[in-house]
Amino acid sequence: MSAPLVVFDKVEKNFDDFTAVKELDFEIREGEFIAIMGPSGCGKTTTLRMLAGLEAPTSGEIRLNGQVMNDVLPHERDTPLVWQSLALFPFLTAQRNVEFGLKMRGIGKAERAERARKWLDKMGILQFADRDISTLSGGQKQRVALARSLVMEPQVLLLDEPLSALDAHLVIRMQAVLTDLQRELGITFVYVTHSQSEAFAMADRVVIMTEGEIAQIGAPKDIYRAPANQFVAEFVGRNNILSGAVEAISDDTAKITTPSGDFAVPMNEVKLAEGQRASFVISADLVHLALDKPASENAAQCKLISEEFVGSMVTLFLEDTKGHEFKVQMQERELSTFDLKSGDDVWLSWDTQSAHVLSEE
Amino acid sequence: MNSSRPLNYVLAAYVVLIFAFVFAPIIFSLIFSFNSQRFPTIPLGEFSTEWYEKILADPDVWEAALNSLIVSSSTAVIATFLGFCTAYSDFRYNFRLKGPYLGLILLPPTIPLIIMALAMLAWFSKIGMSGQIYSIIIAHSVLTAPFAMAVIRLRLNQMDPDLEAAAWNLGGSEWKTMRHVIIPFCKPAIASGLFLTAAVSFDEFAVSWFVSGLNKTLPVIILEIVQGNIDPQVNAIGTFVFLISMTLVVLAQVFFASRQLKSIHP
Repeated sequence: MSAPLVVFDKVEKNFDDFTAVKELDFEIREGEFIAIMGPSGCGKTTTLRMLAGLEAPTSGEIRLNGQVMNDVLPHERDTPLVWQSLALFPFLTAQRNVEFGLKMRGIGKAERAERARKWLDKMGILQFADRDISTLSGGQKQRVALARSLVMEPQVLLLDEPLSALDAHLVIRMQAVLTDLQRELGITFVYVTHSQSEAFAMADRVVIMTEGEIAQIGAPKDIYRAPANQFVAEFVGRNNILSGAVEAISDDTAKITTPSGDFAVPMNEVKLAEGQRASFVISADLVHLALDKPASENAAQCKLISEEFVGSMVTLFLEDTKGHEFKVQMQERELSTFDLKSGDDVWLSWDTQSAHVLSEE
Repeated sequence: MNSSRPLNYVLAAYVVLIFAFVFAPIIFSLIFSFNSQRFPTIPLGEFSTEWYEKILADPDVWEAALNSLIVSSSTAVIATFLGFCTAYSDFRYNFRLKGPYLGLILLPPTIPLIIMALAMLAWFSKIGMSGQIYSIIIAHSVLTAPFAMAVIRLRLNQMDPDLEAAAWNLGGSEWKTMRHVIIPFCKPAIASGLFLTAAVSFDEFAVSWFVSGLNKTLPVIILEIVQGNIDPQVNAIGTFVFLISMTLVVLAQVFFASRQLKSIHP
């Protein structure tokens, strides 16, 4: 494992009486693609801005390469940021925009031009070098903004929702551009987004934040399969969440009584005690659908409410007799064998091992 | 849209009347400045450039023109600098009493000119600075800085607030960012502010008359000529002053509007 490049050590940030970030404690490794994700107002952008020096932490320490950064001015840092608004200089051409940082660092005219053109070329927009920013398309502007930051050849690149202004098909293209660049350059990327698909598609690790605190850090597949708490389970979506009291404990499973029925959960990850409250999730793609009552010990009778198609996948939204919502995800052609319509009664079931107990209530 | 026809006629007539009242005196002044007769009466006499020759031969008029030029160009530079500084402090900083601060800055044009002029005169004579050309420049700078500020502030409000931070983020110190980002962005508004304040200063009579002493500006000389007798020279000078002021105002508009349009229709 490589050394931590960035360390947030008990970082807290208050704006007047509002706490934007509290007790932030995490590390970013060199060469890592890390995504900081959460709903708006969760403190993700504040975290990024503190790393760039645009906000000063109220308490705690931010270290870059072991050096405490708290009092280092923004222009003395080497942490270029790709802005959500892009923040390109409208009175400069594409090439002059890319040259800007080099100019500020006092690099000579010829070298500036050469390095800027190299990066414009790398981003595939060299032919627009002398164009005014206002004449470029959204995707081209995006590439200028990336080139402007990357030309500084930083150790760490900060990205603040850089793709949020782009059309959906461009987002997918730029995601590929970004991951390729990151692999090729080996630069650490810190990517702030509210979009789960962006974060999970690109990042090595994802930091999920809510209300100024970290809800979970982990690789996308770990977060997806094993959310730590209810917030994460709901935020990543496509999860069925059930809570109740632990009724009985056997060797490696526990029985939990929920309003929707009694269900068994595995105890390989989290130890449970009799009588305690516990929540668990079952990923929507691990739930089986049947017309008749299945033999499984984990079964619930539900009414079909609605269907949602995305490509060849379909998500069914159902409700049990107590009004608790369930989601089931399956292939469209699998669903067609059932011939269901809204209001039909069906049975849901899942393997005990498919359930995942949340480690935090 | 459903518009009422009679109302349209009334509105059109209203606009025509406004333009008539604003421009008729100026046009008549222009016409009479080329009229050979001494009194502004109709029918007109012959076409003549006599009055222009007269003012061009008058050393007092030349001196006043030079004074006006010095005053308006110095005022433009000082007032636009002050206007830029206040507009930027408004854009950049939030502080207690910002409301009163802005109110105070925008106050001078709302004070009746005669009061302003008297106050300036009283103040300047008290500190022994009255009757100098720089007295007029100082007074005019105070008077016109709010115009420059308003124009530059409007421009700064169109700026992406991330732009400045982006420049810091790319290694620009605050001064470098000012030089390479803020000023280039505000350039059209700064040019517009320069022309606008020059135009206001060039035209201004009341304050100039009170604080000028022997250093008369063109508007002051015009009044002196009119006071003596009715002399069509006034029409000739008036036409000059009008043309120069209009040119400055139009230039201010052009600089401001061209950028405005560009940012709306990129």
